[in-house]
Parts: sequence; C-alpha cells; structure tokens
Amino acid sequence: MPGFNAVQEGCKHAPMRNSLRFLLATSLAALSMTLAGGAVRAQPVIDINKGVASSVSIAVPPFSGSDARSSELGPRIAEVVAKDLERSGFFHALTDHYPEPNLNIAVTPQFAAWRGVNVIDLVNGAASTDVDGRLRVDFRLWDVSVGSQLVGAQFTSSPDNWRRVAHKIADAVYQRLTGQGPYFDTRVVFVAESGPRAHRIKRLAIMDQDGANPSYLTNGTYVALNPRFSASNQQITYAAMSKDAVRVYLFDIETGRRETIGSFVGEMAFAPRFSPDGSKVALSVEKNGNTDIYVVDLRSRESHRLTSDPAIDTSPSYSPDGSRIVFTSDRGGKPQLYVMSAEGGNAHRITFDSGQYTTPVWSPKGDLIAATKQTGGQFHIVTLRADGSGEHVLTSSFLDEGPTWAPNGRVLMFSRETPGSGARLWTIDVSGQNERLEPYPGGATDPAWSPLLK
Amino acid sequence: MTAPARHMALKLALALGLAASAAACAHKPPPPPADTGMGGPPPPPPPSNYGPPGGGPVTGAPIPGSVRDFVVSAGDRVYFELNADSVSSEGRGVLDSQAQWLQRYPNVMVRIEGNCDERGTREYNLALGGRRADGVKRYLVSRGISPARITTTSYGKERPTDPGTGEDAYAHNRNAHTAITSGAAGGDTSSDFSGNAPGGLQ
Repeated sequence: MPGFNAVQEGCKHAPMRNSLRFLLATSLAALSMTLAGGAVRAQPVIDINKGVASSVSIAVPPFSGSDARSSELGPRIAEVVAKDLERSGFFHALTDHYPEPNLNIAVTPQFAAWRGVNVIDLVNGAASTDVDGRLRVDFRLWDVSVGSQLVGAQFTSSPDNWRRVAHKIADAVYQRLTGQGPYFDTRVVFVAESGPRAHRIKRLAIMDQDGANPSYLTNGTYVALNPRFSASNQQITYAAMSKDAVRVYLFDIETGRRETIGSFVGEMAFAPRFSPDGSKVALSVEKNGNTDIYVVDLRSRESHRLTSDPAIDTSPSYSPDGSRIVFTSDRGGKPQLYVMSAEGGNAHRITFDSGQYTTPVWSPKGDLIAATKQTGGQFHIVTLRADGSGEHVLTSSFLDEGPTWAPNGRVLMFSRETPGSGARLWTIDVSGQNERLEPYPGGATDPAWSPLLK
Repeated sequence: MTAPARHMALKLALALGLAASAAACAHKPPPPPADTGMGGPPPPPPPSNYGPPGGGPVTGAPIPGSVRDFVVSAGDRVYFELNADSVSSEGRGVLDSQAQWLQRYPNVMVRIEGNCDERGTREYNLALGGRRADGVKRYLVSRGISPARITTTSYGKERPTDPGTGEDAYAHNRNAHTAITSGAAGGDTSSDFSGNAPGGLQ
C-alpha cells in the first residue's frame, strides 16, 4: 500500500528512523547553542496577544542545493516552511520578487534590500547530500528590521523525510518568533468518509498536520469512530461499529496490530481517550440503555467504573496532569459539561448555559477546555476555563463538531459539515481568528492531533 | 400527516407492491414456524394468498413469518421526538403489533437498532441511540417477549435512513429499527447496517 509510507517512517526498528531521531537530537542541541550564544532578542518577536490580525511579512526564498537531488528538494522544503508559517496566521509569506533570490547561506543578507520589500523576517537555507546519501539542510532565521541572526541550525535525515525536515525548520522559526510551542511536525488521525450518506464508508486514517501523506489504517468494513493518539505517538485508540456491536480498540501504528480494550461483551464501548501518561484509557460503556464512564488499565486490563448516574455520561477527557476528567452528562436534563476526579467522584457541573455542550477536550496546556456547543440551531466550537468561566465562541455553522488541540494548545482542528454535502476538517486559532480549511481534500470527521513527533 | 407517517405509508405501499409481484410466483404454501419447544401457543394458520374464485382481482400478501411480513403487518420502526427517548403513543401501537407478531413466530430473534438525527454530536448520539433501543426492548419485554430474543445496539447518527437535511429527514432518522436477525421465513434478515462495506461484514 503506497500510502503507508508515513506509517513505515515511524517503525521503531527501521534504521532510517533511528538515525533521524539521533540526528535531529544532535541538530536540536546545535540549535539551542545557537540561540544561547547568538540571540540578540530573547523575547518573542511577535506579540501573540494581538492575535493574527496583523500578520508579519516573512520571506522563505527557495533553498539552494548542492546536487540534483538536493537542488530538487531545496525549493520544495522552503515552500513547505512558508506554507506552515502562513497557515498559523501569524505570517504572510512573500512568494516572489526576492531582492536576493540566490542568497548564499554563508553570507549576511543585504538587509536594506529586504526592508525595501517590507520583509520583517527572512529564512534562507541550503540543502545538500552528505557522503552517506543523507539530506542535510542548513538554515538561518534573520531579523531584517534589526539586521541580526535569530536562529541558525542544521537538520539531517533520509531524503524521504524531507517534509519532516521542513516542518522542523518551520517549528524552530515559529517558536522563536511567537514564543508559542511547536506544532508543525505532527500528524492527525481522523475518520475518512466516502460514499452515500446512508451507507457511508468511514475508515480510520492518518496524515501529516498539513494534509500531506494521507493513508488509511482500516479498510472500512467497520465504521471507525473517535480515534485518539497516545502520548507516545505510536498507539491509537478508537471505536468501531459493526452491525451488532460497538467496541474500543488499541491500534499500534508501528506494527498494525489491533486488539480490543476491556471485556464489554453485550455492551457498547466508545468515546475512548488515553490518560496523559498513556497507561489507561477512559471510555464510555452503554448497558441496558445507560451510558457510564469506565477506565481500563492497559497493563492489568482491569476496568472500573467512574460514574454510576442513570443519565448519559460520555466523552471523558483527562486534564494534562491526569488528576481530573471533564465529560458530558445529561443528568441535568440535557447535555452539559462536568468535571470529576480521575478516580471518579466529586463530579460538578461547569456549564449552565441554555445550549447543549458535548465533546469536551482538555487543552494540553491545561488552561482551557474546548467543546462543541449547540444552540439556536447552530453548532459552535467553544473554549472555556476548567471552572466553566470565560466561554469564548470560536466558530459558528450548520454543524461544527469534535475539536482537537494541537500539542501547543494554540490551534484547534474540528469537522464542519455543510447541508447536503460531506464534512471537511478545519482549523482555527484559539483567539477565534484564522479559520481555515485543512488542506486534506476528502470527507473527514473526528480529527485527533498527535503530540509533537520526536 | 407527520413525516414518519408519510414515510411509513410510502414504505407500506412499496412493500405491498413488491409483495403482490412476489405472490404471483409463489406456488408452495409457506412453511409453518418451527416448534421451539418453548411452550408458546401454536401459531395461527397462515392467511390465504388466494383471491376469491371467479376471476376477481388477485391480491397479494407477504409470506407470513418473513421479514417483509413483519415490516408490513407489524411495522419495523418507531419514531422519537427531538432528544427524546420515550416511545410515543403511536410508537406503542407499532410495538404492540411487533409483540403480537413476535409471539406468533417464536423462533424469530431481533436486534433493536437505535438511530439519531445528525443534529447532535457523534458520541452523545451513540449513547442516546442506545437509550432508545433499550426503551423499545423494555416495552417489548413488558408485552411478553423474552429478553433472550432481543439484543440492542446503537448506530447513533452513523446510519441515517433519510439522507436529506431538514426537519422531515431528522424526524425520520430519530428512530429505533427492529431488525430480524434469524428465524424468519425464508431465512431473511434485516438491518440498517446492510450495504455498508466493500466485502461485506464479518
């Protein structure tokens, strides 16, 4: 299956991956040295509190190459870097008319010339092929307005991993200029949807966060639902519906091995989510019409019940410190959000609005909870604090659903359906600005963002 | 006429039309339901498939004890109000007919499939569909059907019977479908899940 490239990249035993990890680690060490020794401005350059309304002009001219292969990859790497930065909303990239189109990596740019085309920041780079056939990319981030270098670093990997190298460069630039955590070198697992509505095929699928390298992980025999990444990036938990059952599975993306979680025979299990340390999965179990939240210890495989209310309790999501769980319950009459201890008990309601709140998910930074809110015939993606205060309505449409956080807690992805057509994935900045259609072109729902790749 | 009622009427007309054409080539009498040894009352004789003598119009009916017979004579689906999980009085009438039919054919096993409209999120709707299916099961059990003959599941909003958008479609899609999983005449089964996947279901 050609689409499995992305998964094979992740193989623990593949020498390619090990060498990438090692080389990235060493280059990241070099990167921090550069920052420590040569940083002119320690503070982030962009005031993110202004949101993305005033984006910064950045130039990422094509990276040079030393031979046929690296000369082909250099411009493509620069393009991926520019697109990552643009999609964050904080930048707009100059796409042409570079004052120094073939800028040598070893030479200081003519800052006045770049200022002349209103560029604030400049990323230039050089790709080459080393003696072992590996791709090496050196890059520099320049503050054109001050006339100084902010970052200089190098990444080396298999040439097949050139997109990941580009994402690492974009992450380094984004992190230095915004002060936000990186998120471009990540993947998204989701449900790929195709076919007519009444018989829609729903497959588990995975892609890079920018929509590249999509591949199916299941064949569509069952309806895939609710996929989620573990903190290790190598495991997914998801639910699958057959004619007579809904079960929760663990899926290892290195090996393709799949197993059921828990023994809920004759009952329906769904809405799984890993604990932050990956040792447990909280999920919903429906029995005799009542849905409650259970937790399964992945080592012992023992499960115990966290809620025992006669109402529907579903969609558990752990706080990043693992101490609490936010969930949906209609024990008050209609679906609202509740927070309880991770051991169960002490459940208290945090939303009291007239709308319905479902699919809560705790930010990896711990400060906010994102959820789907339904009110007045519209669906919204909202964020609120863990005590339910400070609700911020980010989106509004016919059907927005199921937010997931980027690992930096800054960007949300969700699905949006328009009447009469299928659902697509969208992203939005936590400020409520920069709403964008995800580049993946197919029908898709239930996105779940991976942690940052190693 | 409410949307589900219109839907039912259409379905009934369709089923009768198909039944009439099927009856035209049905020569052998339908097999009686097998004795399950469960001590139930003997099934009544099947209704006649033959029209009045003398060249009058030939009327058709589904094979008694078949999936189609269940759909036509009892009704295989009950509908729910928005966000509701209790069976309406109209729905109770359908479930009473289902219970009578199931008592007549004690070999038939069913699965109640709970469905929801798309105006809710996926996970909550899975739970809501489970609650609807269980409500139907409990009603049938209260009408004398053994719980051992009934399983339940939920398709949430994943398997809408009406692909449209708008209140009519949503009303159709808030339902519980009583699917026959075994024991019907002719060996037929039914499910809202049919036709889903390439290669069929395991």
